[in-house]
Amino acid sequence: MSELRLMKGNEALAEAAIRAGVDAYYGYPITPQSEVMEYLMKANPEKTTGMVVLQAESEVASINMVYGAAGAGKMAMTSSSSPGVSLMQEGISYIAGAELPCVVVNVVRGGPGLGTIQPSQADYFQTVKGGGHGDYKLITLAPASVQEMADFMKLAFDLAFKYRNPAMILSDGAIGQMMEKVELFDPVPRRTDEKVAEQCPWATTGRKRGTQKRVITSLRLVASVQEEFNIKLQNKYKEIQEKEVRSEMLQCDDAEFVIVAYGSSARTSMKAVQIAREHGLKVGLLRPQTLWPFPSKQIETLINNGVKGFLSVEMSAGQMVEDVKLAANGGAKVEHYGRMGGVIASPSDIYEALKKFAK
Amino acid sequence: MINEEIIIAGFGGQGVLSMGKILAYSGLMNGLEVSWMPSYGPEMRGGTANVTVILSEERISSPILTSYDTAIILNQQSLDKFENAVKPGGILIYDPSGISNPPTRHDLNVFSVEATKAANERNMSKIFNMIVLGGYLKVNPVVSLEHIEAGLKKSLPERHHNLIPANIEGLKLGASLIQRENFYKAAC
Repeated sequence: MSELRLMKGNEALAEAAIRAGVDAYYGYPITPQSEVMEYLMKANPEKTTGMVVLQAESEVASINMVYGAAGAGKMAMTSSSSPGVSLMQEGISYIAGAELPCVVVNVVRGGPGLGTIQPSQADYFQTVKGGGHGDYKLITLAPASVQEMADFMKLAFDLAFKYRNPAMILSDGAIGQMMEKVELFDPVPRRTDEKVAEQCPWATTGRKRGTQKRVITSLRLVASVQEEFNIKLQNKYKEIQEKEVRSEMLQCDDAEFVIVAYGSSARTSMKAVQIAREHGLKVGLLRPQTLWPFPSKQIETLINNGVKGFLSVEMSAGQMVEDVKLAANGGAKVEHYGRMGGVIASPSDIYEALKKFAK
Repeated sequence: MINEEIIIAGFGGQGVLSMGKILAYSGLMNGLEVSWMPSYGPEMRGGTANVTVILSEERISSPILTSYDTAIILNQQSLDKFENAVKPGGILIYDPSGISNPPTRHDLNVFSVEATKAANERNMSKIFNMIVLGGYLKVNPVVSLEHIEAGLKKSLPERHHNLIPANIEGLKLGASLIQRENFYKAAC
């Protein structure tokens, strides 16, 4: 039976990890995501499902523990906030280069540097444009509610294993800290060793007589071999782009202008759209649930349906706005509105920006 | 239709966040959509604490707001900060202890509840926040006593369930203490 609870986003995510049958969590505390490990430590799933919860000595250690566990076909994850995720970038690139599935959660705070502990969305570029080195992509999910913090935990692992690719849950301090009603999905048992062997024929689970050696590495010294691998990755990314875009549209049917926003900005923007509608402005909201792959086709369709402009609302200096511009490809006016450094634009601030934009 | 946007604000340690949590849990028990958005950050250490609670029959858009239907105010700083954030015709409830400059707006329904005084007199300081909550629910019964009880059962660890009757007593006390300071009726 699914269960109704009032939880913080961070707690819902942690509970969902246990329920999704995750094998291992490695992490290091940092505000505003510390509740993830706190919740897991308290729940102590090692006693029930056998899930390992370990506080590592650093974020660098956490991500490399994830790398190791993922290599054995395990469902492994870590979570952190912006400065900690910066430390993980090398490991993430290696995991992408070794084609391993895992989930990294970033509950974003204001930056650069140590910045502030308040919510921000300034890690968009780091997440969807690289962060680590090399031509790689992270499947990026952007929860905008406590419910999605729980649901996307499972989805992220499903996608990561389906494509043998690291997945990122890009949340923010507001979604992590707020409490909402959440309907928790029924627990799924952790996979047995047999199931892991069946699902992950590539995993290094101990070589048996008569079986081929399995190598997990991101090192391919011969350029042509590396290029062949790069092409394989790009083909995989193309497939993900075609099949895995997720987004929500609100009041877009007759909209002349559309706000594009994810995470907690999508929530404040939802209210701004309500206010705008009350004032007779024909405005809708496009809420990307996947940031990579980005809902570019949806933007194209909206332009074909007569949308004249897109306002990208983000808690940053304007990062996603570049992807909106690329998708619009000159077919509509595109601008950015946002606050930075942990300051949240209120619904009325967004409405005022929208009014100016729609003029 | 229920769509109540509430700010609860006071000092850290007054039970502001837990009052909000109990209210939100009770709303959930009443089948409502709920959100609980705390101010979190360095200002919480010994400083002011506030939480935005929304109870609604519809999907909640923004958990972050700048204007509210109701403000529950427990210290002067919070009154200074939030008096002007209440929508015209809205409700402002405050505890007069420690308030040197009472609310001045005439377009609000202002109530006072002497919760600090009552809690001190009766040695009930631990359920101070429930006295305030009881006052609010008397003015705006957005959730029932049964829902609160169910909410308390859900939000308190089992070892504290023996404290539920005292909490309910606090709610009732608050309901008997709340006083109207002015009356405002929105122009029709």
